[in-house]
Amino acid sequence: MSDSPIAVEQHGPELLHHFVDAEQQRDAASLGMWLFLATEIMFFGGMFCAYLIYRFWYYNEFAAGSRSLDIWLGTINTAVLICSSLTVALGVRAAQMGKRKLLVVLLLLTIVFGFAFLGIKGVEWYDKYKEHHIPGRSFNASDLEKPPYSNGGIDQQHEQIYFSLYFAMTGLHALHMIIGVGIFVFLTFYAWKGRYTPKYYTPIEMGGLYWHFVDIVWIYLFPLLYLIDRKPLR
Amino acid sequence: MATAAITAEREHYLNQEYGIRSWLLTTDHKRIALLYLISITFFFFVGGFFALLIRLELLTPAGDLVQADTYNKLFSMHGQVMIFFFLIPSIPAVLGNFLVPLMIGAKDLAFPRINLLSWYLYIIAGLIYIHCIVTGGVDTGWTFYTPFSTAFSNTKVIEAGIAIFIAGFSSILTGLNFVVTIHRMRAPGMTWSRLPLFIWAHYATSIIQLLGTPVLAITLLLVVFERAFNLGIFDPTRGGDPLLFQHLFWFYSHPAVYIMILPAMAVESEVVACFTRKRIFGYNFVAMSSIAIAVFGFLVWAHHMFVAGISLYAALVFSILSYLVAVPSAIKVFNWTATMYKGSISFTTPMLYAFGFIGLFTMGGLTGLFLACLGIDVHVHDTYFIIAHFHYIMVGGAVMGYLGGLHFWWPKISGRMYPEGWGRLAALLVFVGFNLTFFPQFILGYMGMPRRYWQYPPEFQVLNVLSTAGSTILAVGYVLPMVYFLWSMRYGKLAEDNPWGAAGLEWKTSSPPPTFNFDEAPEVTWEAYNYEEIPAPAEVQVER
Repeated sequence: MSDSPIAVEQHGPELLHHFVDAEQQRDAASLGMWLFLATEIMFFGGMFCAYLIYRFWYYNEFAAGSRSLDIWLGTINTAVLICSSLTVALGVRAAQMGKRKLLVVLLLLTIVFGFAFLGIKGVEWYDKYKEHHIPGRSFNASDLEKPPYSNGGIDQQHEQIYFSLYFAMTGLHALHMIIGVGIFVFLTFYAWKGRYTPKYYTPIEMGGLYWHFVDIVWIYLFPLLYLIDRKPLR
Repeated sequence: MATAAITAEREHYLNQEYGIRSWLLTTDHKRIALLYLISITFFFFVGGFFALLIRLELLTPAGDLVQADTYNKLFSMHGQVMIFFFLIPSIPAVLGNFLVPLMIGAKDLAFPRINLLSWYLYIIAGLIYIHCIVTGGVDTGWTFYTPFSTAFSNTKVIEAGIAIFIAGFSSILTGLNFVVTIHRMRAPGMTWSRLPLFIWAHYATSIIQLLGTPVLAITLLLVVFERAFNLGIFDPTRGGDPLLFQHLFWFYSHPAVYIMILPAMAVESEVVACFTRKRIFGYNFVAMSSIAIAVFGFLVWAHHMFVAGISLYAALVFSILSYLVAVPSAIKVFNWTATMYKGSISFTTPMLYAFGFIGLFTMGGLTGLFLACLGIDVHVHDTYFIIAHFHYIMVGGAVMGYLGGLHFWWPKISGRMYPEGWGRLAALLVFVGFNLTFFPQFILGYMGMPRRYWQYPPEFQVLNVLSTAGSTILAVGYVLPMVYFLWSMRYGKLAEDNPWGAAGLEWKTSSPPPTFNFDEAPEVTWEAYNYEEIPAPAEVQVER
């Protein structure tokens, strides 16, 4: 019928029937991925919008909450994520050049970095749990010190808004990381099987875009949540 | 007999494969469209059932059929089912899914498997929501306003929120598929200025779905977090701001109105051009007005919050911006009517729905202008005036468009003609029933009857009885097409490839189309709506 024998011969096995050629397929995948990332920006955008408003209203509480986070763990995690983005970018390059073993190694490294990030994040969350900084009935922020320039103290209730946002934002970011690790496990498996060639590496590229996006979200979360006010208190 | 003859004749997407697996695992956009058709029809009748119960309760001033708690659940679930499980997917997921690849000459949508995934997400969301309904329901209103939804409601808010969250992803994936398909999959010669206006309107719709829906998703998720994990982002006792919730909610939910109405406008452009046998008047303006509606649609959300305590200056700005949306909407209405001027109009069923659409949408749109006006909005806010206004847009506009489109493309979808006489009768019943149901509500609202109450003062009874009577006529008008569509699938006259003599690539392939849509890859060498080059078929009576 419409798939004439000649056309079938030109197709690689990965070209789906409804595309004219591999270029059209790659363009479609790439546009689709960028659009998906646009929806992701809007998704996180809702929380960034809330953050903006509440930080403006409750600056002292936000500063105090920010100071209670572990800046070293946060910094290490930022470094871990940047390294993981590097391995992803190198992985795409390896796929383009058809270096299968290198690709698998780089993808595995990315997964390791991903787990490292999640592990460190878990430690941070557990610390917050021990400090009673999780919003709810047992929330207690009396250990937080108020910044020297603030009039009045820290409002316990307003402090919960900061931690609500902290957990919602880092939690949803972590969820995206978990999904990302899942995608990379899948990619590693198929890379190891040799599915990706210099002619067809779109999934690696798309997975990479997703990973970079999740990384960039963290690049914004880190200063917004950890670095609000780090001037010495005294 | 006839069915046997047709199977022997040739293969098409309906008879290429049989069995439940061939449907549930299909990646064919046409089959997925039919899956959507069946599922959203189910939810339409679920939502309609709630609507009838509401109207029955309002037959008498006293709260006798149901009590306040149940009534709250009825209108909440009516709204949520109708909006998230019927109206939003209705035209895009059924007609759009079926027609977008056909109209641009593609073999399928860009991501067929994601298309199927989107249907499964819809079904998962639907099942969760059904579970929510049968285990107690939800009473927050369709809007989930905080702090009621987060701190006070004792109903299944979490479940309903998660269901709508998942349904949102289904909607996002459909929109994503359409945008990529329209950008990347057009047949040779199908330039942007040759695209049917159906495609332009779906493009605009998809943009809204892509950019708006994620905001609703995060908002509902935060409500769920607030109930489930005690976060306090919208909690006023902790300094959270319920108005922030409303802003985020309406940032999606106002543009969502355009997700519902733009595809109906898409259908309208095709039907009006076909049954007046003219190129649509002002093609460029109609196309661009779709985009303009999508853009303006994102800038007007706070007109839902005029009495919620936003600043007067904000209200003024949003009021003015809301007026602006009337411009592209009016461009469309005027261009359709201008298309009809000196056209060869035939009063087929789709055209009757189109006439109904233009009239009712105009009413709904003009009353929308009243509501965009700050002073009047304060007076009629949260009254039946609002109810009537948005039902004129959503039922009078979107559902009329949906039904009209379903009739128009039914020969292509099923390969059969529906019975024209019954079709016209149903169109008439829907129009009469609709007006009888909702026109009295304008008056009720203006007289001050508030929405969302299960009781009302006796002086409102006459108009409420009229409204309830109208709703039963409307119900008959909705059941009729379902009956004769099903009937026609077996007994209807076999449809020709192009029974209406319509322009557009979808009519150049057979009815029903083959699995890969076209036997030969089409190449477009003509402008859209080239009706002067297409002879009108004998069956379509042309009245001059």
